[in-house]
Amino acid sequence: MIELRQLCRDFLVGDQMVHALDHIDLDIAAGEYLSVMGPSGSGKSTLLNILGLLDKPSAGEYLLAGTATGSLREEQRAKLRRQHIGFVFQSYHLIPRLTARENIELPLVLAGEAPKTRRQKVDQLLERLDLSERAEHIPNQLSGGQRQRVAIGRAIITEPDLLLADEPTGNLDSRSGLEVITLLEELNAGGITLLVVTHDEDIGTRARRRLHMVDGKINRDWLSESKNDGGGS
Amino acid sequence: MRISDLITFNFRVIERQRARSLMLLIAIAIGVFAINLLTGIGEGGKQFVLGEFNLLGKNVLIIVPGKKETTGGMPPMTGETTRELTLRDAEALLRLPEISAVAPLIPGEMEISHGSLSREAFTMGTNRTFFAMRQLELAQGKVLPEIPMDQSAAVCVIGSKLRRELFGSRAVLGQWLRIGDTRFRVIGVLKDRGQSMGLDMNDAVLIPVASAQTVFNTEGLFRIFVELRSLQNLDTSRTRITELIKQRHEGEEDVTLITQDSLLSAFANVLDAMTLSVAGIAAISMLVAGVLTMNVSLIAVNQRTREIGLLKALGLPARTVRLIFLFEALMMALAGALAGLLLSQLLLFLAQRAYPTVPFGTPTWAMFGSVVIALLTALVFSAIPASQAAAMTPVDALQDKKAG
Repeated sequence: MIELRQLCRDFLVGDQMVHALDHIDLDIAAGEYLSVMGPSGSGKSTLLNILGLLDKPSAGEYLLAGTATGSLREEQRAKLRRQHIGFVFQSYHLIPRLTARENIELPLVLAGEAPKTRRQKVDQLLERLDLSERAEHIPNQLSGGQRQRVAIGRAIITEPDLLLADEPTGNLDSRSGLEVITLLEELNAGGITLLVVTHDEDIGTRARRRLHMVDGKINRDWLSESKNDGGGS
Repeated sequence: MRISDLITFNFRVIERQRARSLMLLIAIAIGVFAINLLTGIGEGGKQFVLGEFNLLGKNVLIIVPGKKETTGGMPPMTGETTRELTLRDAEALLRLPEISAVAPLIPGEMEISHGSLSREAFTMGTNRTFFAMRQLELAQGKVLPEIPMDQSAAVCVIGSKLRRELFGSRAVLGQWLRIGDTRFRVIGVLKDRGQSMGLDMNDAVLIPVASAQTVFNTEGLFRIFVELRSLQNLDTSRTRITELIKQRHEGEEDVTLITQDSLLSAFANVLDAMTLSVAGIAAISMLVAGVLTMNVSLIAVNQRTREIGLLKALGLPARTVRLIFLFEALMMALAGALAGLLLSQLLLFLAQRAYPTVPFGTPTWAMFGSVVIALLTALVFSAIPASQAAAMTPVDALQDKKAG
């Protein structure tokens, strides 16, 4: 599903070069459930942005579903995002003036799907997310947990095979957080590849495969059941 | 992205930033409104004036005392001549073979009274031919009698308004009225018709030219209208007329000949310039609207940075992002343009009701032009902000801290 080879991402901060990602090698198989943990500034979010094609690596290679992404034009990157990737953000990133239904529908609208199919898909999903009652509410009228469920709905409406979640429970109380992570795990059980970036030990340790990052390197990569130390880069 | 979805999406945007959108809409509306209203009035005025001159047949020349270049330029409206045009001149002109008819004119304001009622009215001394030349039609009675030009007759034809005000609903034919110190019998009433060359014919009295000489106590004619048999030898005819007058005026060429064409083109030039200059003023207001469009779009791009980031994360290509912003500006421009167009047409309609004789109406080129200009303005001035939005990298846009 995902292959990273010697991947680097450097930022120029002032006149100093910061290596946010430092020669990362990583393979993720389809259907895996990973968590990425580590201190602030360790490169977790940068990794997620690169995986999500929101950002470009400074060096190295990134293959997504067999496609080398390095030489792709912006247009093609956008298309790959649309086809393969769903995002869930800490601050939801819902469009405030659109209702829950419209927010979920948005990717289909942008993809140019017909209104009728859109409606069917969104209705099904609203049901599944237990949001049918709240469908016509705008984000301001929803609780944090509900907002994040709407955001997840928006992320999976296009049936992507990779779901990237950046601190999905970061703004939620523990009960809503648990609801959200459970929902994400259900989706993973349904076959979607799930990658969760988090600070929260309780959330992070739920994943079968865990990455721990420090200073732009993966210093631990292990599977929880076997407890074996995969040893990173 | 479907166009219909693009429109709905943008509607939601416009709806949210209501005040800002409204401001932009009004700015564009004012621009379009100004173009349409001003050209509508200008064009109406032009058509009105030209229409008036068209009432003169193509083959009618006007002889004005006083000399000025006759090719182009405005004719001398106030004659500054030492030698007057006389009835003798008019009679001599009539004897020229190429001239079929001659109508002299002596106009002036006179006190008109009937019984105890009296008022000032425009009095014109002329002859029978004048009616045909100016296409004056009668509601009742007859036109001035066919008498030699130097012969007086105590008869008059009056305008419809004058008839109403002096006689009310009573029978008028055969009644007497007083013009200055002289009594005239009413033999005809003109059909209701608005202005004619700036004169309200409804408020006019026509009397034989010789009688007018007495009433006004003058010999000189204000104008002589001559009708040519054919237009074929216009230049020769002009020369013959000028020569004739020159001969009669002791070798001095002291009259000006005006043709309908020279009048029309002189007026048309002035009026076109007027229409264009008001269009220019209106164009400046479009420019202001354009700058406003740019600012509004820049603010929108700035405030919606995170949204743009999200749209890109959801897989929207840069060109669609650009399209969204261009379309937003276009939609507002179109709405503003239509509002401005509607309002200008409404006002012109009201103006038409108030002044029925002036054919107010925006020319089609101005209507289409103004809408096209409005849309182009919106496109041009939102191009920079839209490109700015399109060029944002998704990761930076998503992390924008300014707004949610």
